[in-house]
Amino acid sequence: MSDALSDDGGGDVNQDDTQEDVMTPAELIAKLEEAWLNEKFSPELLENKSEVVECVMEQLSHMDANLQRVKKGDAKASIHRMEIDRIRFVLSSYLRSRLHKIEKFFPHVLEREKSRGEGDPSLLSPEEFAFAKEYYANTETYLKAVALKRMPPNLQTVDMLKAVPEPGLDSFVFLRVKERQENILVEPETDDQREYIVDLEEGSQHLMRYRTIAPLVSSGAVQLI
Amino acid sequence: MFCEKVIELIRELHRMSDGQLPAFNEDGLRQVLQEMEALYEQNQTDVNEAKSEGRADLIPSIKLRHCCLLRNQRCVTAYCYDRLLRIRSLRWEYGSVLPANVRFHMCAEEVQWFSQYKKSLASFMRSLGGGEGLDLTQDMKPPKSLYIEVRCLKDHGEFEIDDGTVILLKKNSQHFLPRWKCEQLIRQGVLEHVVS
Repeated sequence: MSDALSDDGGGDVNQDDTQEDVMTPAELIAKLEEAWLNEKFSPELLENKSEVVECVMEQLSHMDANLQRVKKGDAKASIHRMEIDRIRFVLSSYLRSRLHKIEKFFPHVLEREKSRGEGDPSLLSPEEFAFAKEYYANTETYLKAVALKRMPPNLQTVDMLKAVPEPGLDSFVFLRVKERQENILVEPETDDQREYIVDLEEGSQHLMRYRTIAPLVSSGAVQLI
Repeated sequence: MFCEKVIELIRELHRMSDGQLPAFNEDGLRQVLQEMEALYEQNQTDVNEAKSEGRADLIPSIKLRHCCLLRNQRCVTAYCYDRLLRIRSLRWEYGSVLPANVRFHMCAEEVQWFSQYKKSLASFMRSLGGGEGLDLTQDMKPPKSLYIEVRCLKDHGEFEIDDGTVILLKKNSQHFLPRWKCEQLIRQGVLEHVVS
């Protein structure tokens, strides 16, 4: 699929965020795919990429409008239609997996949002944040109404943070290295192992615990596959 | 034995295969809540006695009852929460209107939760991409081709596709339709994807 979407040859997807304005559509799609794969395979919610989402949506409606002008029965039109469909699938799938994680880990997601420092980027887009808050309130109201308020007085609250499972950061993920990394500290899994250090060569693929490489995923140095 | 009734509740959910929603067991829940109330009252009297008469021998049984209370609470919330998750996935499967037999299995609070969830999800999807909106419940599977062959499993009436043509979805008729228009209908069981 990626061939069809980004056949621009060697487009550099790791441009600075400041240069985003001059991104070509192919680069944009590559960015979306990168975010999509990372989000799909990482156990926890990653930073939101709302500017990519917005650009892609703009692009889609732009393409859609162009297609309206093409006369019926044009073979090129259906190819473009297909392309629109594919991009829209990636986009929806990306947003869906984010939404699913928000629902699954809502207390933890909101907790992280609360403890976030002033200048730190938010994990959630404003829309996602609104959704998470509503979801939390709704679920809490429901539990109260259906069961908790009928329980003895000392048992009428549930600590959501403890009750809802946390993301399993120790799960293993496949990854491909995009920028060479040195001295990655791998912590021991069992007591009879020792911690050790690995270098990650560019282009190599690994199976590692997510916790070890989480910072590299968010910096874009590795890609989950 | 304490906590047996609540385990029965959990088992009931566990026995249902994935994603199915059994009827809300109001009766079972009430029994558990009664048990909790009884445990709590007994504990209150014992605590008072232990305090006023200094009977330390009551403390272990108080502790045991408290553990049972906590366990009951935990299991009841797990029961309710798991039902919520099932209801949630129904939203994604059937769209915003649930079939009557599913609604019949939900209690009033669940119906309320569902309608609130529906609202949150709808306003989230509407606000995507700077207010343009994107229906995330579409495009669930990667697209393979633009048009697919579908067979009608029941009468659905008229159906309009993008270019304005109206077709009649009659039982056992076959159509060649744009995939993105019929995904929802396939999930609802109105259409069936014919794979030749």
